[in-house]
Amino acid sequence: MTPRERRQLFTGLGFTSLWIVGLGLFTGYPVLASLYYSFCDYSILTSPVWCGTENYRQLVHDDLFWKSLYNTLFYAGLSVPLGTVVALGLALLLHADVRGKPFFRTLFYLPSIVPVVASALLWLWLLNGQFGLINVALRPILALVGLEPPLWLADPAWAKPALVLMSLWGTGNAMIIYLAGLQNVPRELYEAAAIDGASGWRRFWHITLPMISPVVYFNVVISLVGALQVFTQAFIMSSGAGGGAAGGTDGNPARATLFYTLNLFSTAFYDLRMGYASAMAYVLFVIIASLTWLATRLSRKHLNYAS
Amino acid sequence: MSLPRRACVCLAVGGLGGVGTPVLHAMAPPPDGRIHVTYWEKWTQFEERAIRAVIAEFERSQDRIAIDYLPVGLIDRKTIVATAGGDPPDIAGLWAPQVAAFADAGALESLDPYIEHDGLTPAQWLARYEPVYASICEHNGHVFAGISTPLVMTLHWNRTMFRAAGLDPDRPPRTLAEFNAYCRLLTKRDPRTGEILQMGFLPQEPGWWPGIFLRWFGGELWDAHGVTLAKDPHNLAAMEWVAGFTRDNGGPDAINTFAAGFGGMTSAQNPFYTGKIAMVFQGVWLNNYIRQYKPGLDFGVGPWPEAVPGVKDFAMVESDVLVIPRGAKHAAAAWEFIKFVNSHNPNARTRAELQGGELLCFMQEKNSPMRQWSPFFTEHHPHPYIKEFRTLAASPHAAFLGEVGIFPEYNRELATAFDRVRLLMATPGQALADAQARLDVAWARYRRSLERHGLLPQEMMAPATP
Repeated sequence: MTPRERRQLFTGLGFTSLWIVGLGLFTGYPVLASLYYSFCDYSILTSPVWCGTENYRQLVHDDLFWKSLYNTLFYAGLSVPLGTVVALGLALLLHADVRGKPFFRTLFYLPSIVPVVASALLWLWLLNGQFGLINVALRPILALVGLEPPLWLADPAWAKPALVLMSLWGTGNAMIIYLAGLQNVPRELYEAAAIDGASGWRRFWHITLPMISPVVYFNVVISLVGALQVFTQAFIMSSGAGGGAAGGTDGNPARATLFYTLNLFSTAFYDLRMGYASAMAYVLFVIIASLTWLATRLSRKHLNYAS
Repeated sequence: MSLPRRACVCLAVGGLGGVGTPVLHAMAPPPDGRIHVTYWEKWTQFEERAIRAVIAEFERSQDRIAIDYLPVGLIDRKTIVATAGGDPPDIAGLWAPQVAAFADAGALESLDPYIEHDGLTPAQWLARYEPVYASICEHNGHVFAGISTPLVMTLHWNRTMFRAAGLDPDRPPRTLAEFNAYCRLLTKRDPRTGEILQMGFLPQEPGWWPGIFLRWFGGELWDAHGVTLAKDPHNLAAMEWVAGFTRDNGGPDAINTFAAGFGGMTSAQNPFYTGKIAMVFQGVWLNNYIRQYKPGLDFGVGPWPEAVPGVKDFAMVESDVLVIPRGAKHAAAAWEFIKFVNSHNPNARTRAELQGGELLCFMQEKNSPMRQWSPFFTEHHPHPYIKEFRTLAASPHAAFLGEVGIFPEYNRELATAFDRVRLLMATPGQALADAQARLDVAWARYRRSLERHGLLPQEMMAPATP
């Protein structure tokens, strides 16, 4: 390293030093500390006492752990594919040559910048079983076949699908990324396909999708990571389920929306079992890392970086 | 010095200065020469105005201590984190069910030494309260909390709806059988669709303390050997009664559809205000919210109906409490304020003579936790039914639920069991058995954890006494 390079290195380190210190103090240390706490009996209010793998062994026999994991995987299994289809569909519509494109782009993106707390409170009313707009719209349609619309958040069978429905409200970010991907697909490929007589569906399947496959992969992974950490909506809306009856943070009704992070939060801050909650956090980290790795493995042969 | 290096030095100095300035400012002695006690509390609006009036009264009563009041959201979690970090407030306004868990973890200062320093024994100090409030302040033989404002939950009924149903608006149901009969009389359906239009009572409204129905039926949540949730037949009877409301009124969908438009207590859509539900078990605070959201509502307040033969004065009692977290910098000064809030002028005959806790409870329109009330507080209290609350708070059957360190977990298990029962997802026996199984594990784990930390008190040594 020349003196000039060394000087540049130290200058760079100097300018980033505050950020590095912040990262170490506020991210690095908590991550490592929580790994240590996951092997401790630690209540926040007492000193951590080493207990080996006890927390991890207890997790295996904890039916609430499995219940919350099931709820979370159910939510992710529905919301990620649905969100992908909706975001990609909207991006394709906005990519089409229609008038007022900037207006529609803004319109579809707007819900994504509404704070989750605000949108959760809004959706509490949208999903209201009696007066909600969704059921007001569904009621006459379902009446034709003799059915009643679901009670959404008040019904254990429909509470998770209700939150999935709400998650589609926030597909704006993914939509924008898809739109950027779509704009990078060379037009001559479509022209060549059109000359060969390819239909719209075939052009989408054989050109668009392969060309934007890295974008799809990226969005799916990001959505999956987000879905596995779903918290705020359930935290707010499960307390509001059942017509304002307060139920704390255990995923009303009857733990139908007890998601993993909600369970983790209650364990840490209500039951004061920070060691156990840290173990839960690391298990979630392993699950997310494993699913990301799996997605990478499965999609490796199908990704096309030609564009 | 080269420009980049100078820039780095400026950044570093600026960063340190940015951090250091507030720290140095915090360490500087206050200009008024008083000890400044930091007090975190959850209250805003009229409740905050009341506590600020008490603080002003306290500051006028002496010239040594000032109270720095800070309204804090999520106060319990912030107090936990601040205490763990070694920088807690001097006083925290928590909820009564948290005292046990905090005290078990050694996170609260015992108030015993301060009480004794003032020339009283803890028993003498506690004897000034109604017994149920004394039990809230005490845990494992030590005083850990003072009462800030208490609550009593009792029956509220809509007199207009009683009249419309042909019932005497001045005579609430006195027994469980009467209560059930009133519920049937007060429930109305649309004759065409069968849709529920109004109900006499709905167990899930407000649904904050599902465990209270168990105690009302004479059940116990724990005994000397541990959790008794599924073992006590009274608990099972209470849950059967809860399930009956769903079964007798068209099932979960009919009930949920009816309840879908309900708002909370601080909403004009609250079913008690809108005349959708005729009877609720609610707290002493409800009058405040009725005045705000449904002024003129004609309602009555009375005791819980007799569910256990001979028990005519059952009530649920809870409280907001003042505690001194472990590591508080001005614990002795904090005690002076807690003592002030937990005292009153027994001879007060005008509002200006009200002091301490009575001033706070008067302004917040709540009952006093003390056995003795001043003449002015008794006769001029703004709550029209305050005497009912006083009678019930003094009852030997007044129940406080949160006496054990695992109560937050216990309460969530109860809430889930309650949900499963009212939605007919499980039989009452099954729901209680499932909750019992998890709570048995939780209780054993809790004791093991305290033992591991050397915090298991003598009182909790085998046999386990929650």
